[in-house]
Amino acid sequence: MHGLLGIEELDRAEIQAILDRTRHFQPLQNQGFARSHILRGRSVVNLFFETSTRTRTSFEIAAKCLGADAVSITASASSVSKGESLVDTLNTLSAMRPDAIVMRHAASGAPHFLSRYLPTPIINAGDGTHEHPTQALLDARTILDRRSSLEDLRVAIIGDIAHSRVARSNIHLLSKLGAQTVLCGPPSLLPPELARIAPGVRLTFDMREAIRNADVIMMLRVQLERQHEPPIPSSEYFRFYGLRPEHLDLAHRDVMVMHPGPINRGREISSEVADSQKSVILNQVENGVAVRMAVLERILAPAEATH
Amino acid sequence: MARLVIRNGRVIDPASGIDDVCDVAIDGGAIAAVECDIDPASAEEFDATGLVVAPGFIDMHVHLREPGFEHAETIESGSRAAAAGGFTSICCMPNTLPVNDNATVTRFIAETAWRVAQVNVFPIGAITNGSAGTELAAFGSMKQAGIVAVSDDGRPVMNARIMRRAMESAAALGLTVINHCEDLDLSAGGDMHEGLQSVRRGLRGIPAASEDVMVARDILLAELTGARYHVAHISSRRAIEMVAFARARGLRVTSEATPHHFALSDDEMPPYDSNYKMKPPLRSGEHVAAVMDGIVSGAIEAIATDHAPHPGSEKMQEFERCPFGIIGLETALGLALENLVHSGRITLRRMVELFTTGPARILNLDRGSLRRGATADLTIFDPELLWTYDVNRSLSRSRNSPFHGHTFRGGPVATIVGGSIVWSAD
Repeated sequence: MHGLLGIEELDRAEIQAILDRTRHFQPLQNQGFARSHILRGRSVVNLFFETSTRTRTSFEIAAKCLGADAVSITASASSVSKGESLVDTLNTLSAMRPDAIVMRHAASGAPHFLSRYLPTPIINAGDGTHEHPTQALLDARTILDRRSSLEDLRVAIIGDIAHSRVARSNIHLLSKLGAQTVLCGPPSLLPPELARIAPGVRLTFDMREAIRNADVIMMLRVQLERQHEPPIPSSEYFRFYGLRPEHLDLAHRDVMVMHPGPINRGREISSEVADSQKSVILNQVENGVAVRMAVLERILAPAEATH
Repeated sequence: MARLVIRNGRVIDPASGIDDVCDVAIDGGAIAAVECDIDPASAEEFDATGLVVAPGFIDMHVHLREPGFEHAETIESGSRAAAAGGFTSICCMPNTLPVNDNATVTRFIAETAWRVAQVNVFPIGAITNGSAGTELAAFGSMKQAGIVAVSDDGRPVMNARIMRRAMESAAALGLTVINHCEDLDLSAGGDMHEGLQSVRRGLRGIPAASEDVMVARDILLAELTGARYHVAHISSRRAIEMVAFARARGLRVTSEATPHHFALSDDEMPPYDSNYKMKPPLRSGEHVAAVMDGIVSGAIEAIATDHAPHPGSEKMQEFERCPFGIIGLETALGLALENLVHSGRITLRRMVELFTTGPARILNLDRGSLRRGATADLTIFDPELLWTYDVNRSLSRSRNSPFHGHTFRGGPVATIVGGSIVWSAD
C-alpha cells in the first residue's frame, strides 16, 4: 500500500486486513496501546492545513507508539502564510525525506493532486468534503468490536452528508463490507446522486424512517463553516434532524450511536443521547489510535503487518 | 497569372457547393479560380493529393491574453497556435487587462495583430465597462475600430435590464451579442458539473440549470429586442433544446460548441486534474450526447475552441483554486474529425461548415468561402493523418490541455492566410 488517499480505492480484502490488524494494537484491559519499535528510525510528518485536535493527536500517538518520530506542522505556522504554493511546501518537506506525510487539507483532492508529484506516501487525514479514510476504518472497527460482521447491518448516517468527508468514506466502506446504509438529512444537504455512489445506499429526508430498525446511527456535525447559506433555519435543525432519546426506541435494541466529533450538543445530538449507554463515541476515539497504527504499519512496514 | 496553385486536393467549399477533386489558384491574396487542371505557368505549386482543401477555419472564441496577461499568451503566440491548428481567423474575447471595452484597446489589439499575428484577429468588445455588468461599453466606436461582436465572456451580464439595453444597441449596429450563459448565483463556488461525479469527489457543482436559466432569459430578450444573439460554448441539453426552439420561431439565435464538450464527459476526468477544469464544466454523458445531437440537427452552427491559456503556476494548485479553461486551438480539428466525422455523426462537408460558413454567418464576417475574389484564406488538412499531440511542443505559451499524448486520426497540413502559407506540418 503506497499511502492511503481514500476508501473508494481500496478493495474489501485490504479493508478487512487493516481492520483485523487493528485488533493487535487495541488496548487490552486498559493497559494502553501496544508499544512496538517496528518504525524505529522512521519519520512521519503530520501536516495539518485545517485545525484538528483528535485526528492530529491520534496520528501523533499512533506514530510514537510504533517507535517513529512524528513532527506536526500546522498551516498557520508554516510558509503557506508567506504565499508558498502547496506543491512547493510539500516538495520542501519531501526533500527532508520523511517516510510518510499525513495530511489534512480544506480542498477536496489536495492529497490526490500532490501524490501525482511526490514519491513520499501520503495518508489522507481528511480532504475538504471528499474523504477521511481513517475515520471510516475506526468507525468500522468500533462496530466490529460489538458485532461479528457488517454484512446486512443497517446503518443510518444522519446530518450534513453533502459536506461530510466522514460520510463519503463510510458510505464506501460500509458498501464494500456489505452493510445497508440509509443516508438522511435536509434536502439541500442530501444530493440525490449520493444514492448512486455505491451499492446498498438509499436516501430519506425522514429521520424516523432512517432510524427504524437501525443497528448503527452515525450522527454528523453540521458543518457551518462549509455551508454557504443555511439549508434549513437553524431553529428547525435540531427538531427534524437532532438525535433525541425517543428516537432510540425506533432502532434495534442494541443500537450503537456514533459521532466523529467534535459534537455539538443540542444541535445534532442531545446530551442525553451523547452520554447514554448506547453511545460509543469515546470508543471511536480510542480505536482511532489503533487504526492509525495499523495504517502506518501497513504503509511503512508491510512485512510486519502480515505477522 | 496565379502565384500559388493548390493541386489535386479534395476542395470542399460549402459556401459555393463545391466538393470535388480539383485545383485552387491564388493570386494577389485572393482566390483566382477553383477549377480542374489549372495551368500553373510560373506559379508555385502545392501538391494536395489525398488532402482536403477548405476555406480557412474561423475560431470565433479564443482568449489571447494580450494586453495584460502576456505570461499566459500573446497575440503572436496565440495566432501561431491558431495557424498550427488550421485556423486562419480567430476572434478574441475582451477579458484582457485592461478589458477591451473601448476603441483604444480595440485598436491596440487590431494594430498589434496587424504587426505580429500569423492569422486574422477579429476583436470582440465588452458589453459593459470593465465587464462589470453595470454600464454599457461604447459599442459604436469599438465597432469603428474593428470589433465583430460584443460579449462579457466569463463575466455574464446578470442584470436582465442591462442585457436588454445591450441587445437593443447591438441590434442597431448589426453586432451579434455573445453570452457566456451562467447564472452566477446558481453556479457560485462550483468547480465541476453538478452530478454524480461532483458528489463523489466532494467538489461543489455547477448545475446545468445555471446555464439553462440564462439561455432562457436571453432568448426572451432576443425576441423582445430583435437582436442577433449567440450562446457561447453551449453545453447543456435544455439550453440546446431552447436554442432549437428559438430558431424554429424564427429568432436570430445561434450557438457554438467546443470540441471538449463533445469529446469528453465528466466521468472521463482523472480525479482533481485541473486540465479538465473549465466553464462550462465537462458535463455528464446525456449532455455530451445532446451537444452531438445539436451539431447534427443544426441547433449548433459553429465549433469554437474557447482557447483559454493559463500558466502552469496557476494550474498546479488544489483543484478548487485553479482557474477555469484549457487551450484548444491545436486539437480542435483532430477532435472534430475523431468524434464527429470518423464516428459517422456528420459528413466532412458539414464539419467544414461548422468551422467556416457557420461562424462567418453568425458574425457576418467576410470569410469562409473560396468564391472567386474571396480572400485567400485556406485550411488544408489530411483526414487520415495519424499524429500525437505533445503539449510541450505547443505554439501556445501555455500547456493546459487534457489532450496531451492523445493520438489523433486527422489533422492540419497547411494553413494559408491572405495567399501566404503561414504554417505547414514538417
